[in-house]
Amino acid sequence: MRYAMAIDTRKCVGCSDCVVACQTENNVPVGFCRDWVTEVVEGTYPNVSIELRSERCNHCDNSPCVRCCPTGASHIEEGGVVLVTHHKCIGCGACIQSCPYKARYSHPEGYVDKCTFCIHRVREGLDPACASVCPTKCIYFGDLDDPNAKLVTVLKNRKFKSLAPEAGTKPQIFYLL
Amino acid sequence: MQTRRKFIKISSLGLGMTAVAAGATNLVSGQSGKIALGKEGPTKGPMRKVATYCEVCFWKCAGWAHVTPDGDIQKITGNQDDPQCNGRLCPRGTGGVGMYSDPDRLKTPLIRVTRNGEQTYREATWDEALDYVAGKMKDIAAKHGPESMALFNHGSSGRYFTHLLNAFGSENIAAPSFAQCRGPRDTGFELTFGESVGSPEATDIRDTRCLVLIGSHIGENMHNGQVQEMSDAIDRGAVIITVDPRLSTAASKSKYWMPIKPATDLALLLAWIHVLTHEGLYNKEYVEKYAEGFAELKEHVKEYTPEWAYGITTLKPEMIRHTAREMANAAPSVIIHPGRHTTWYGDDVQRSRAIAILNALLGSWGSRGGIFFKEGVKVPAFPAPAYPKPTWSWHETLDGKYPMARESVTNSMIEASIPATGRTHQIHGWIVSGTNLVMAIPLKEQLHKAMESLDLLVVVDTMPMEITGYADVVLPECTYLERYDDLRLSPHREPTIALRMPATTPKYQTQPAWWIAKQIGERLGLGAYFNFKDLSEVLEWQLKQVGSSLAEMEKIGLKKLPRKSLLYIPPGADYPFKTATGKIHLKSAELAESGFDAMPVFRPHPQPETGFYRLIYGRAPMHTFSRTANNRNLVALMPENAIWVNPQVAELWGLKKDQHVWLKNQDGVISNFSVKVRITERIRWDSVYIVHGFGHRHKPLSYAYGRGVNDTELITRISIDPIMGGTGMRGNFVTFLKEEPKKEVKS
Repeated sequence: MRYAMAIDTRKCVGCSDCVVACQTENNVPVGFCRDWVTEVVEGTYPNVSIELRSERCNHCDNSPCVRCCPTGASHIEEGGVVLVTHHKCIGCGACIQSCPYKARYSHPEGYVDKCTFCIHRVREGLDPACASVCPTKCIYFGDLDDPNAKLVTVLKNRKFKSLAPEAGTKPQIFYLL
Repeated sequence: MQTRRKFIKISSLGLGMTAVAAGATNLVSGQSGKIALGKEGPTKGPMRKVATYCEVCFWKCAGWAHVTPDGDIQKITGNQDDPQCNGRLCPRGTGGVGMYSDPDRLKTPLIRVTRNGEQTYREATWDEALDYVAGKMKDIAAKHGPESMALFNHGSSGRYFTHLLNAFGSENIAAPSFAQCRGPRDTGFELTFGESVGSPEATDIRDTRCLVLIGSHIGENMHNGQVQEMSDAIDRGAVIITVDPRLSTAASKSKYWMPIKPATDLALLLAWIHVLTHEGLYNKEYVEKYAEGFAELKEHVKEYTPEWAYGITTLKPEMIRHTAREMANAAPSVIIHPGRHTTWYGDDVQRSRAIAILNALLGSWGSRGGIFFKEGVKVPAFPAPAYPKPTWSWHETLDGKYPMARESVTNSMIEASIPATGRTHQIHGWIVSGTNLVMAIPLKEQLHKAMESLDLLVVVDTMPMEITGYADVVLPECTYLERYDDLRLSPHREPTIALRMPATTPKYQTQPAWWIAKQIGERLGLGAYFNFKDLSEVLEWQLKQVGSSLAEMEKIGLKKLPRKSLLYIPPGADYPFKTATGKIHLKSAELAESGFDAMPVFRPHPQPETGFYRLIYGRAPMHTFSRTANNRNLVALMPENAIWVNPQVAELWGLKKDQHVWLKNQDGVISNFSVKVRITERIRWDSVYIVHGFGHRHKPLSYAYGRGVNDTELITRISIDPIMGGTGMRGNFVTFLKEEPKKEVKS
């Protein structure tokens, strides 16, 4: 089992619903977020293009945050989900520095927090909050080992990329182009 | 009687115990109620799901409020069965809980008083406030007749005050949604097809092969069902053609982006009509069967060639021809989208007519993938006596202008509230419900003069919007999450009923609008019109009439009923359109009789002078007009607006990214606050763009105050559509002030 996400940049309108749904689902404090939207504009008017994409923790196979965590709070769970055990976290911030995606933040209560792939929902058979709310249905979540997963189909049929491949982190969020 | 009505900031009041109580709530829950409880991860424990439909915008998606065992609203999700949202709310609906938890909410009724020569508000009990309103309404009726009470409204609450005023004897009811928004579109489509597309629009985007957007920025205007269907259309490889001087999000997803010179859309539309008619690409069978006036139309557009349009629109003739052929290839599964906010240049009905004519030529009206026929559930009104017949209504406020206005015109009603010699139909009192007129209506001087002249101004709202500062009485309404409301019956592909019920008890001393209207009604001796104790009785009675019940609806939230009418015109079938002749009017005799062009004619609009840029405004997906700028769940996504400037223009002016500038318009009006510069290739060099709804200047909106610029204060030049009274607002030009201008301080 390997959980992953594919995000269709052709459909994303950058509305940030994924951000609000994550905040209300996971009690993320106001002013912080576990996911966010990036807009990349290229070209010169009128030959301009935009890429919109919803970003979050890449749940990397080779995760620098887990390797540098001094207490073992950052760890990899079944399905490849990178999680932080809040009560083990001393808030040193090494993981925040090591993450090439800036996916982690210091929670006001002293621990480091980030996307969990809404593992509490996934275990109940639901999609993560961001995927289930997205009005454009541009977020595909699933198990890469499940040949029937829609996620696997779109990755087979479409061109995709991942972010910061040069960092060698083996990220598990894929952007459909 | 002339009342000097000074703007009062509600913040300057000692709100006493109420405010302290709000503070304590804040200490527990951080800034914004639920989401900052500081619990690790999601809330545990079983949650109650309470049926609701959203009120953050007019789409009104059905959903569920998830309530914790402590009675807190944890989150709001969409109702899977609702065809308007398919279980997916937009960011505003998802963040709707921020309306409930906003610490700046109106908390108690307020009455304007003069203390030591200064006007201020005092807190009042509901009885005092309601007695005051009813007393003043009686005075107005005695002196001037009940017709001189008017209502300005938006959203679900408006209907209770509409009922109240109708019972009182007035039909003077207006909403900015007509003359400041969709009016020209509705009028243009009614003149052509005999009916318009309604709300939510009957556009079959889900099944279309070609979607054409004229300045419509679906995706930035987060009209949920439409955004979802556009995404489906992208998946299916539908051709999207977007006409916009700005690379909108929709434009960036289009096969063809046509970066048109602003204010020239009608030239492009006429050129498209030329190509379809003169190249024989139109849907001949459909036009012959259902339309009239084709020969005249073809002759009319003879000179409107793509080459002619090129010089006006800056769009290359081959692109105009090519896109017209794309539409024809897809016909009849093609939609030239009617848009929604269409009050642009003052000839907006004619532009909407051109859009309607294109749809007719392609045969999209009544076709799969075009524009479908909607059906709704007919629920009888709760028994009440017939309304008295007023001696005059909003028609008289038009002064013989705007013959095709089928709804009342806000600006005419505002004008009719200003005393003038010879005015025979004068308005003396307003109820304002759910609309912040101060941010929504252009022509501020007219508005202020009217508000100063009134004998009574009652504002019902959940938030201390700017308009509340002008009220004699402020009545605090509870949010949609704390009340029952009428059933949602919006017609669409499937007839549906949706229920809104309270997820929690009203905070502070707030009350639902139905209760407020009923209380005023009873004090006016109109109790027979409000013959129920609680709105739930009305809902129970109405649901019974359609074979359902409150108990059932509480469980399912939304009920679908079988369709009885056709969704599309069956191929070749006779279909009488709802026009006078039963045919589609390519040429409008109705317009000609009133002295207007029977077919759209292009007339140039003013372009900016050197150093000025056309002010284009629009929406952002995480905000609704000016009403969400204080919602803590949404402001983190977009705390303020920025002015979009093309890099070449920025270089010319020496503007840097995020630099603050003030804007000055062609009439010398300077923005109240500064705004950040966003330098982007997404905007043309002759235009600037801002998102509407920011630049609040009412301090009680403690977050929104002073953030960004309010576009409507810079919209001082209005081109009124003579056909229906729409206020064209896109003919304003601004320049940059890099230093803070010296100006008189506004109260």
